[in-house]
Amino acid sequence: MLDLQGYGPLLLEGFKLTVLVGVSSMALAILLGMVGAWAKVTQLRAVNWAAGVYTTVVRGVPELVLILLVYYGVPTLIQDAATGLGYDLRVNLNPFASGVLTIGFIYGAFSTEVFRGAYLAVPAGQMEAARACGMPRLMAARRILLPQMWRYAIPGLGNVWMVLIKATALISVIELQELMRASQVAAQATRQPFTFYAAAAGLYLVLTIVSMALQQRLESWANRGVQRA
Amino acid sequence: MDWQIIVDSLPELIGGMWLTIQITALSVAIGLVIAVPLAILRLHPNPAIWMPVYGFIFFFRGTPLLVQLFLIYYGSGQFSDALQQVGLWILFREAYFCGVLTLTLNTAAYTAEILRGAIQGVPKGEVEAARACGMGGRLLYRRIIMPKAFRLAWPAYTNEVIFLLQATSLVSVITLMDITGVASKIAASTFAFYELYLTAAVMYLILVYGLLAVFKRIEYRLSGHLRAAKDTTTDSQQGPALR
Repeated sequence: MLDLQGYGPLLLEGFKLTVLVGVSSMALAILLGMVGAWAKVTQLRAVNWAAGVYTTVVRGVPELVLILLVYYGVPTLIQDAATGLGYDLRVNLNPFASGVLTIGFIYGAFSTEVFRGAYLAVPAGQMEAARACGMPRLMAARRILLPQMWRYAIPGLGNVWMVLIKATALISVIELQELMRASQVAAQATRQPFTFYAAAAGLYLVLTIVSMALQQRLESWANRGVQRA
Repeated sequence: MDWQIIVDSLPELIGGMWLTIQITALSVAIGLVIAVPLAILRLHPNPAIWMPVYGFIFFFRGTPLLVQLFLIYYGSGQFSDALQQVGLWILFREAYFCGVLTLTLNTAAYTAEILRGAIQGVPKGEVEAARACGMGGRLLYRRIIMPKAFRLAWPAYTNEVIFLLQATSLVSVITLMDITGVASKIAASTFAFYELYLTAAVMYLILVYGLLAVFKRIEYRLSGHLRAAKDTTTDSQQGPALR
């Protein structure tokens, strides 16, 4: 059916890189999401405000613009600043690093909302009871709060992951050889764009289907202590 | 920060903003028209009808928009001869047409899925009551199910429209001069990358939160009958969520 004319391995390499970019950005997004959620629910006004600005701004700007801003804008910003201080500096960002950082940063804002919701869903009495038993704050968070938060957070995080993995295709515009870029290369070399973009679409669909199955298993794991009626 | 470049490129950027708005409005409007029958067919009991619809929805929700855009814009080139014969090539070689087509199909798929959920969320009693009054078929959909479903779907649909507005930035990759396209073009010739992309980001922020305010206002109107005389509850979620 699909004749990939020897470009199959290239696509597979791209596929692997897409998964790698996706997993790395997701890890960063989860980390930022936890910090962001803490920042949103803490008592410190300034921190609340900073977290609010973060989620408001990031969710209002297209991913593509942010990717371009980081990849092209940040080096020139640093260079201009250095010139201002009398240095001559050339900065080039690594596409992988800037891609992961940008995607992680964007979806960190979305997972902030997920974690904030999950935190609010755990009854306050749970934490109070743990503290009353003498658990230090961090231990109580780790033993009592987090395991219960996962239950509420996983559906939302699964959603974030689904959107995130598709957003990684945008990194192809900064020339990282992930799946999208690889299929672009193959499409241009063979002059069969439809074939290769269709192949890429198929591989993304595989990722989506596998992710859906995984999410289901994760959800049942997180709900393992919950009785169903 | 070179303010002069920003000021100089503002007229062109505002031109790009106009294209962004135009593409968003077109895709949202046509997408909605396609999405309504899709959502209804998606719930049809006959698998020969709902399965192809589900396939369409699954494809457009399961692959990146960029892939879909390239598949239609560059991919159609592979069939240029066949398309020329049926006279469609004039359309498919235009980036504008391909951009709007892709965004329309994409948003139709997402909207259909939102509407499906909303149609299923219409209370059974309301449908039963309508049937008991003798309504059926189209009349039932038009008078009872769809109005209720739209009300239920509105918050999710708001998100979808905001998402689409942001997604239009991708058309800059296929040479269209929307906000992102104009910013990229000027940035490449002047090397004022962060100035232009920051300005572009601010323009999107204005559009997104402006649109959000309009949609929230409509939501407020739609739920008028559900509000107590003096209700001060406000939505805690500010800003777009994921679709």
